[in-house]
Amino acid sequence: MTKITYITYDKKVHTVDVQNGLTVMEGAVQNDIPGIDADCGGGMACATCHVYVKEDWFNKLPKKEDGEEDMLDMAFEPKTNSRLSCQIVVSDEIDGIEVDIPSKQA
Amino acid sequence: MIKTDALIIGAGPTGLFTAHQLKLIGLSCEVVDNLDKIGGQCIELYPDKPIYDIPAIPECTGEELTNNLINQLKPFDIKFHLNERVEEVKKENNIWLVKTNKSTAFLTPNVIIAGGVGSFEPRKFSPKECQKFEGKSLFYSVKDKNIFKRKVVSIFGGGDSALDWAVELSKDCNVNLVHRRDEFRGAQVTIDKVHSLAKAGKINLFTKYQLAAVVGDQQIESIDIKHDSNEVKSLKTDYVLGFFGLIMKLGPIANWGLNIDKKTVEVDTEKFETNQKGIYAVGDICNYPGKLKLILSGFHEGALAARACFKLARPDEKYRFEFTTSSKIIKERLGVKSD
Repeated sequence: MTKITYITYDKKVHTVDVQNGLTVMEGAVQNDIPGIDADCGGGMACATCHVYVKEDWFNKLPKKEDGEEDMLDMAFEPKTNSRLSCQIVVSDEIDGIEVDIPSKQA
Repeated sequence: MIKTDALIIGAGPTGLFTAHQLKLIGLSCEVVDNLDKIGGQCIELYPDKPIYDIPAIPECTGEELTNNLINQLKPFDIKFHLNERVEEVKKENNIWLVKTNKSTAFLTPNVIIAGGVGSFEPRKFSPKECQKFEGKSLFYSVKDKNIFKRKVVSIFGGGDSALDWAVELSKDCNVNLVHRRDEFRGAQVTIDKVHSLAKAGKINLFTKYQLAAVVGDQQIESIDIKHDSNEVKSLKTDYVLGFFGLIMKLGPIANWGLNIDKKTVEVDTEKFETNQKGIYAVGDICNYPGKLKLILSGFHEGALAARACFKLARPDEKYRFEFTTSSKIIKERLGVKSD
């Protein structure tokens, strides 16, 4: 289990334990954390699981694939620390990661 | 008013195969889809991506799968109503009256919702004031390019639509192309063209910028764009075009009195019927214990929903299960010779 903190747009902090091997997107969906739609179900095809990863964590994550960067072009208000949460796999290495959820996904 | 045994909402893979199943058992059906083409998410979101888990098809793209399903429907005469969105579903004298946004009306005992995650709509700009200019001087698609002649047009986006229109409109408009990063994701030929037009001064290229504000009263006068470094630039502009692809919205389905949880419709697993008699949900939009969002599950759900439709469409007949390999009547419907 890995601790993940999701901060919703209303500044509410949700810290949950997520099983290793799932994605940060799945962790949010399974724990009913609002603001992550994940319409395509994790196929990197919709950009509705968009999150902002806290800078220090952002730099520790494996680099984005081109396809993810392409999808982020479609995301609502992307920033330099934007990621698709379906592409971040949960493991011990990211224990304690914090992500901000945007005001909306589209 | 169109009378049909079943109306399918959604022309994605599940909707298409459900149509096949309905026709196979001798029922009539029509299909409505909000997109301008057949194929749903397969054709809109991932036409070129390979799919590896369609039974008996080791590998195929979203487009190939769609074309195969369309081919499978060839023996049948099925009317597709594309570019139309179902707005209203209501019961009249024990039968469903369905209306689209183009005022097409259907009377049918069976409505099958194969709507994926809802209908596709353009993704929009984030600044609130954009809304009041929408359809007047701010657009998410181009209907008549002549209105832009000799005007300043600011185009946002980094994919094929944005690039194609930047190239096209640069012929007789003053084009600003604004994108959130340096890389574009369109066809390489078009990307090269954009860069050469930018070099020649025909396109003003602004990368690592996003739209921050739109200024104007009735018409847009200028826009503010913001760089990653927070620097803000004001650009005089007459028109704004945004190309950020499409997003799925549940839309009017939410108003039809169905049990909806997390944007999905609850169904039973015998008929895939919703809480409303004669309304079924199949494919990604339906939900039941153990539901898998796979195309193959949609095929199964559609096959069972089609059988359930038979009862309401032909209340005085008994449905008889038959195989396509041996049934004479099914072969007749398919237009193939019996042995």
